[in-house]
Parts: sequence; C-alpha cells; structure tokens
Amino acid sequence: MSGPNVAWYVALAACLLGIGALGVLIRRNTLVVLLSLELMLNAGNLALIALARHWHNGAGQIFALAVMAIAASEVCVGLGLVVALNRRHLSLDVDTLSELKG
Amino acid sequence: MILASAGNALVWVVWVVAAFSCLGSAVAVVTFSNPFYSALALIGNLSSLAVMYLLLSAEFVAAAQVLVYAGAVVVMFLFVIAYVGPRLETPWSGGPTWQTIGAVAAAGALLVEIVVAVGMQASGSLSHSDKVGAAFGTPAWIGRVFLVDHLLAFEITSVVLLVAAVGGVILGSHTKRAV
Repeated sequence: MSGPNVAWYVALAACLLGIGALGVLIRRNTLVVLLSLELMLNAGNLALIALARHWHNGAGQIFALAVMAIAASEVCVGLGLVVALNRRHLSLDVDTLSELKG
Repeated sequence: MILASAGNALVWVVWVVAAFSCLGSAVAVVTFSNPFYSALALIGNLSSLAVMYLLLSAEFVAAAQVLVYAGAVVVMFLFVIAYVGPRLETPWSGGPTWQTIGAVAAAGALLVEIVVAVGMQASGSLSHSDKVGAAFGTPAWIGRVFLVDHLLAFEITSVVLLVAAVGGVILGSHTKRAV
C-alpha cells in the first residue's frame, strides 16, 4: 500500500470513537446523542475496512456494510422514538427521560 | 521511481486532509449547540470517511457510505430536527460539573485503552504494507463475496431492516394507546 499504513487508520478510528463517546456522554439532547452514536459506528467501520485491506480479506468490508444497515435501523427506531416523545410533549433531554430506570 | 514517490506523497496529502476534516467535523458534531448544524457537520465527517475508504480500495463501501449515510440517514435526521423544532443546548455552559468531568475522563480512558490494547496486540504486525489485486473492493467482487460466501448475513440484514422499519412505523403511528 502506498501512503500511510494501516496503523494510522486504526489510530484515526480510535480518536473518532473517543470523540463519539464523549458526545454520547456529554450531550443531553437525544438527537445529538444519536448523531454521536453514528460517529462511533463509523469509527468501527473505518477500522474494519482498514484491517480488511491489510489482511486482504473481504469479510471486513461485508461486516462494514452490515454495520451500515444496523446503523440505518438504529436511526429509524431512534428517530421514531424522538417523534413519539415530541408528540406527547415530553422533553428530549436524556436526563429527564428516566422513567424506564429500574 | 520518481512517479511512484510523487504518488505516495499525493496519497499522504489526501490522507492528511481527509483525516483533519474528519476529526474537525467530528468535534463540530459534538460541540455545536444547534442539532441542525451538528447534522450538517456529520455530512462532512461521512464524506471525508468516504475518501478514506477510497484510499483503502473499498470503492463500493465508499459509494454506499455517501448514498446511505449522507443521502438517507442525515436527510432523515434533518427532517426530524426540523419537525421537533430548534432545541438549543449549550454543552459547556455553567462551568464544569462532575458529569462533564466524568464524561471527559471516561472518553479519555476508552481512547487510551484502545490505543494500548491495539498497540500491545499488534506490536509491529500492522506496519508492513503491500499491494492487493485490482478487483479488491469493486462492486462485482463485493457482490460475489456477499451473495456466495456471506449469504446468510445478507438475508439476516434484510430481516433486521424490515423489523426496524415496522418498528419505526409503529412508534410513529398516530393511534392513541395506553402508555
């Protein structure tokens, strides 16, 4: 491979995952938490594709496509929840949505 | 030889630009107070990741990234954000609370843990680099791998998408039910 080797890509993926985790932990708005989850999923995808290229194995790219489908499902259900919450005039603040707490 | 090194330099330049725009837009997603701008910054993040995928000879995944994420997922986000209205939230206002300090510490610990684990486990095995075949990552190759070697995963993915779509419709339907 010309250019940067796979360790650079994995390091970038780790940084992206850290930023996404920070967003999930720090933000209160449900929509921004979902966006940060997308960041974390994409970090996983980047690592999968870089290592698929490194080991000459197609399974990593297939896994990345499956992760994309799961992310689309997650957004579908998550945004459905946001719309349902908004229709019941509930707050979208994750700190106040604690009714399901055990 | 000169051409090859010039190509290497070009790949490095593209990689550095894509990496910085990737990290910058990720920070923007987390820090913007308006969720609408966060979703727009996510488009930049996904596009620079698509450039990364092209550098990693994953053409089909890069195209799917732009179509599925930037084309469908982010547009759905923008519609929902426009539907629920602007809800500004300033994440850094009011000084550091125990929650933000704990969140920063937890995210930093996660990052350090990953770097240490990968570094110890890989220990040099990630540094070699070589060529892959020209067919690697093309749509024809992906299609053969997906529908011959990983057919079960393909079918299960379609079932998961169907279940999620039905769940989204049920969550968003207007019928009044007991909560």
